[in-house]
Amino acid sequence: MGRITLDKVSKSFGEVEVIPPLDLTIDDGEFVVFVGPSGCGKSTLLRLIAGLEDVSGGEIRIDKQPATHLPPAKRGLAMVFQSYALYPHMSVKKNIAFPMKMAGIPEAEQERKIADAAAALNLTDYLDRRPGQLSGGQRQRVAIGRAIVREPAAFLFDEPLSNLDAALRVGMRMEISELHKKLATTMIYVTHDQVEAMTMADKIVVLRAGVIEQVGSPLELYREPRNLFVAGFIGSPKMNLVTGAGDLMQGAATIGVRPEHTAASKTEGRWKGVVGVSEHLGSDTFLHVHETGLAETVTVRVGGEFDANHGDTVYLTPEEDKIHRFDGEGLRIA
Amino acid sequence: MARAVTTQRKTINTIFAWAVGLLIFFPILWTILTSFKTEATAIADPPVFLFFDWTLENYAVVQERSNYMRFLWNSVIIAGGSTILGVIIAVPAAWSMAFVPSKRTKDILLWMLSTKMLPAVGVLYPIYLLFIKLGILDTRVGLVVVMMLINLPIIVWMLYTYFKEIPGEILEAARMDGASLREEIIHVLTPMAVPGIASTILLNFILAWNEAFWTLNLTAAKAAPLTAFIASYSSPEGLFYAKLSAASVMAIAPILVMGWFSQKQLVRGLTFGAVK
Repeated sequence: MGRITLDKVSKSFGEVEVIPPLDLTIDDGEFVVFVGPSGCGKSTLLRLIAGLEDVSGGEIRIDKQPATHLPPAKRGLAMVFQSYALYPHMSVKKNIAFPMKMAGIPEAEQERKIADAAAALNLTDYLDRRPGQLSGGQRQRVAIGRAIVREPAAFLFDEPLSNLDAALRVGMRMEISELHKKLATTMIYVTHDQVEAMTMADKIVVLRAGVIEQVGSPLELYREPRNLFVAGFIGSPKMNLVTGAGDLMQGAATIGVRPEHTAASKTEGRWKGVVGVSEHLGSDTFLHVHETGLAETVTVRVGGEFDANHGDTVYLTPEEDKIHRFDGEGLRIA
Repeated sequence: MARAVTTQRKTINTIFAWAVGLLIFFPILWTILTSFKTEATAIADPPVFLFFDWTLENYAVVQERSNYMRFLWNSVIIAGGSTILGVIIAVPAAWSMAFVPSKRTKDILLWMLSTKMLPAVGVLYPIYLLFIKLGILDTRVGLVVVMMLINLPIIVWMLYTYFKEIPGEILEAARMDGASLREEIIHVLTPMAVPGIASTILLNFILAWNEAFWTLNLTAAKAAPLTAFIASYSSPEGLFYAKLSAASVMAIAPILVMGWFSQKQLVRGLTFGAVK
């Protein structure tokens, strides 16, 4: 079981309040992603849950048991760090065995669990190596192995893929997702990468300056961002936020149009503009269009076969039923 | 472009390095040579360098006149004991300063180091009185404690520098993995810091071995180490250079050999953290 409840949890470093009182419930078996720009307090929040930082106020409960003042080891949580944090002087096998050794689990059971974890993570051939002799992806797998054998109430991941190269990151993303499906254990995952958040999460928690901006499933956040910050943060490329769009505004201070919800044509459309930069990904092309009569540059996604280059004239038409409207405070208008 | 190093330049550099090395080593070499001379050759003017009648007589006399092994054993106990005791005390201290620093940590470190700038003679009198009161004058225990206290700032400082290099996340991982503070220090921090701890031990062993002020002032006969052994050969009725040299060679030989074999470790230790 791994239900984690945060009740008015806050954190200050000296005079600086990095996390104002905050409530959050993470259900058993959920894959929750904390996402936000750097410095938003997402890692601090994770460390508060882990017990590596003391809370300044409020209460943390794990499976209804108060855990606010428990030391990290007593919380039954396992953590995977960005830097892997493997013990460099121990072999892979000893690294994985370490938490079991600390818990006083009998040798025979340790052996069995190590073998299971190594088989699941493709580490069987590397058990006698030192971390220094492994690649980044393998090291991260060892770190995950060390977490799995503890059979924790929840896994905590602190930007675990940031040190890997792009190709490996996609592979490890899938592995972690599969692991979650298999173990069905609560996972809390911190990242600044909204693609990781969208692809892995059951529930995303968007944070800014220690404040939760919105909690919801990836598609909820995508379809109904609660405010301008979430609207701009979720989705790639970013949603176009436009202020002076005439009759499309319908009383809103700002409207949001996603690049994928805007049609482009060479002959006709609502906004006439000139292509600035065009990014050709092969499958898709992103056009950054200027001189549309709007104050903002508009980004639009077109098919890979759409032929438009720097300086070409294009016409853009947003899909009206997919326009997001926000009031002067930046909040969504229902 | 890589800097071109010509053969000629290399040769000059090599000669220069050897010259500096010899200059530094010369006093020790001279002591060793003198120890094999007769007293008359030792003070000959002009000095003789290599071509004299080599003799082992001085060593025989020194052996005969004093119990070398007892001094050696005292030195080993005092240097070894104070170093080990110091490290045991310094590891937790350095741990807390490196991993749970407070606002005052830097100040405390500097303050600790500043005690090394105090002239030792300034505290000789109180410590001497304390030793008398406690009845530990001329005992190995007393010297082990004093030597440990003298070198503790350096041990703490060195260990602190090594510990700083160890990523805090690894210790946090140990904490998450269920290690208590003691287990964290024993199973994770110490093994990772072994090279640093080794060179700290080495350096402090050498410092304690060579320390003369306290050993001379706080010992008489029973606990006297090799420094006192050398000093006993600078007698009031005149210096016997050859015998003094023989005694010196016997006193520095063990530490010289040890230093020779561990020089790599020592250099690494002293420059650790200097280059990222």
